[in-house]
Amino acid sequence: MDKGNVSSFSMVTSTAIFSSVIFVITLILVRVLYVIYCSSRPMSRRAQKPVSTLIILGSGGHTAEMINLLAVLQKDRFYPRFYIAAATDNMSLQKAELLENSLVAENGTPVNNPAKFMKIYRSREVGQSYITSIWTTLVAMAHALWLMIKIRPEVILCNGPGTCVPICAIAFVFKVFGIRWSSIFYVESIARVKRLSLSGLLLYKLRIADQLFVQWPRLQQQYPRAIYVGRLM
Amino acid sequence: MGDRGEEEEGRRRKRVVFVTVGTTRFDALVSAVDSENVRKVLAAKGYTHLLIQLGRGSYLPTKSDGDDGSLAVDYFTFSSSIADYLRSASLVISHAGSGSIFETLRLCKPLVVVVNEDLMDNHQSELAEELADRKHLYCARPQNLYQTLADMDLNTLLPYSPGDATPVAKHINRFLGFPDD
Repeated sequence: MDKGNVSSFSMVTSTAIFSSVIFVITLILVRVLYVIYCSSRPMSRRAQKPVSTLIILGSGGHTAEMINLLAVLQKDRFYPRFYIAAATDNMSLQKAELLENSLVAENGTPVNNPAKFMKIYRSREVGQSYITSIWTTLVAMAHALWLMIKIRPEVILCNGPGTCVPICAIAFVFKVFGIRWSSIFYVESIARVKRLSLSGLLLYKLRIADQLFVQWPRLQQQYPRAIYVGRLM
Repeated sequence: MGDRGEEEEGRRRKRVVFVTVGTTRFDALVSAVDSENVRKVLAAKGYTHLLIQLGRGSYLPTKSDGDDGSLAVDYFTFSSSIADYLRSASLVISHAGSGSIFETLRLCKPLVVVVNEDLMDNHQSELAEELADRKHLYCARPQNLYQTLADMDLNTLLPYSPGDATPVAKHINRFLGFPDD
């Protein structure tokens, strides 16, 4: 009799564990769908306060495009600003610093909370093979998590470097678990005319980017959820 | 377009062809512009100087001071500001990176883009080909650079009107619930 009790007890507990796991997974799934649904829609409330903004810089051409966008964004709304660039890329942060310095010069008064510049390990160098990319992506992922815990931005602006995928994925997880709601804007590089880049494709297919801009009308026709409102360059 | 005003009497007008490979290496382009027939066609088209930015490439072109009426050839590896070289050029031959493409187009310089086919993820040709279809530049490969230069007619190129980031900024503002200005 004892034996039967034990087995029925373990059956009850395993059923309980099993159903609670199912319950939690369902809950997370529902939450993921809810986050995706909300992310695709404009904010319902009117924004009153400035939003902390994380800007992910690429290299060369990517940075030039981002600088053009930053030049017309209202600096009193997108504030404070955090810049991230690949550790191997010195030029991009320099260009961003130039832009920020020119703002200080324009306003005359130094800003009390100046822009911050950070470096991140790159998930993939140009020309690196896809296989070694797996390991470097993991390292980049851990570093990105550390930076994101520190910054927790409300807005993320990015335009193409591989660096932005781990960061945006972490931002999405933060949204799911209610740690921080960040609106993710991705602008596909002007160099992409016929197909999205790997970064763009991932953020589009996984619905991580709230809004994905393309710079050629032909691309917009292929990816109907993308937005085309003109070129940055 | 872009010719220097200070032309001295009795001297040949200085017309520079500036070649840039960007931050990496592109030996196929450098050896293509260094070839005899490309030099000849450039000289025949009235260019006097060929200045090549080599980047990390290992192919060294033959220098020439152009005394015998041929093209004067010079090179360097890197420069902190490519802009000055672009500004003083009458023709730019560039790798397909979007940075130098748009920098050159913004300065309204005639441009021949040469696509590097050795790159792993070769999306670079997309942009050059699209802009070539729109007649803003010529697009070539190292192996047909000579033919492209020989056939090109710079009068058919159309000026490129720069893009405007304001609509994107406006869209982002609206999405976040900021009022329009």
